[in-house]
Amino acid sequence: MVRLITHNLLACHVKGCTSNNFPLALKDVQIELQEAEFNPEFVTNILPRLEWSALADAARQVGDTSLPAEQPEMMDDDLLRNLHHVLLEIHIVEGAMVCPNCKHIYPISNGIPNMLLAEHEIG
Amino acid sequence: MSRPELQAPPEFYYGDTEAKKYTTNTRNQQIQADMTYRALELLNIPSSQPVFLLDIGCGSGLSGEILDEEGYVWAGVDIAPSMLQVALEREVDGDLFLQDIGQGFGFRPGSFDGAISISVLQWLLNAETSHPTSSPPYRLNRFFTTLYSALRNPSRAVFQFYPSSDDQIQLITSIAQKAGFGGGVVVDYPNSKKAKKVFLCLFVGSGGGQQLPKGLEGEEDDHVRFERRREKEKRRDRTGKRKGVKDKAWILKKKELYRQRGKEGVPRDSKYTGRKRKSIF
Repeated sequence: MVRLITHNLLACHVKGCTSNNFPLALKDVQIELQEAEFNPEFVTNILPRLEWSALADAARQVGDTSLPAEQPEMMDDDLLRNLHHVLLEIHIVEGAMVCPNCKHIYPISNGIPNMLLAEHEIG
Repeated sequence: MSRPELQAPPEFYYGDTEAKKYTTNTRNQQIQADMTYRALELLNIPSSQPVFLLDIGCGSGLSGEILDEEGYVWAGVDIAPSMLQVALEREVDGDLFLQDIGQGFGFRPGSFDGAISISVLQWLLNAETSHPTSSPPYRLNRFFTTLYSALRNPSRAVFQFYPSSDDQIQLITSIAQKAGFGGGVVVDYPNSKKAKKVFLCLFVGSGGGQQLPKGLEGEEDDHVRFERRREKEKRRDRTGKRKGVKDKAWILKKKELYRQRGKEGVPRDSKYTGRKRKSIF
């Protein structure tokens, strides 16, 4: 299962693909919602590591518009809950992730993305 | 039987049947669980802190289940599709990736608060093809450098693995140090054949504040009981000295002996000689 939290931390790792390799574009995705326990501390803790605009974009692509495009300065409880939902409860089950730079396609099937590289792509 | 990593690459060795076997074997479950708890202990995460962990070589989720229980959010990578399939069936909470760790990770810098890896590193020590990117040092180097950047500063990564020689430990630690990690090897129960476990405990950003933990000492007492006595018993049987039952031949021989000696009242031989009485008596 790819949650948007991991999608937000994932960049392309093909050889020589070092710039503009994030975020991986989502293609033809099917999602599944699974409830997870809300832990406000975890969400606040992970927040500095996230790329907000990429996250909001990805959320919009999978049909969730609860996040504002810009990162708000103050975090209130509602926003944390929305963030929690986007980060941990939306699972991508089928589809693909495409690198914006080298166009490498990472197919996702049955909830597991295939991150294997061909021999000439290994850095 | 030689070591599994010498037989086939992991994605083939852990095919459908082996993946099932590996996961359903209760002894294996127990060992994996113990090592995961120990690895978490070595990871030394302050309790109450919500963290995001990476499980390297998560397999069928035996270690992931424990991470779930302990309340960690985690992501796991493994190269064997069959193992990941089992993990899906077991409904672990972490995100699963099909990935060859020897090809390196694509995670952004500072993504994870820590990493654990149970019984994995030894798989990186065999070259599958003659291509330069397939040599163990190359793959280890790629693995450790990308992992180093994916971890936060400060954090730790703990690997339990089965080295087959000191040279392997040397190779792994030297490459890890070149990648920037501090730390070293922790050996639990170094004097025991069975319970000995090797942990590679790596630090990101040690800064003098982090000290290498000590391995557990002392004798483990979890060997199978009565095993020694059973061995002894078996050995005595093999010498043929012990004939447990006094069978008919033995009885006839004794009676014959008594008659020759002229003893009185020796019972006569019949078809009932040496037979067991019915239980009604």
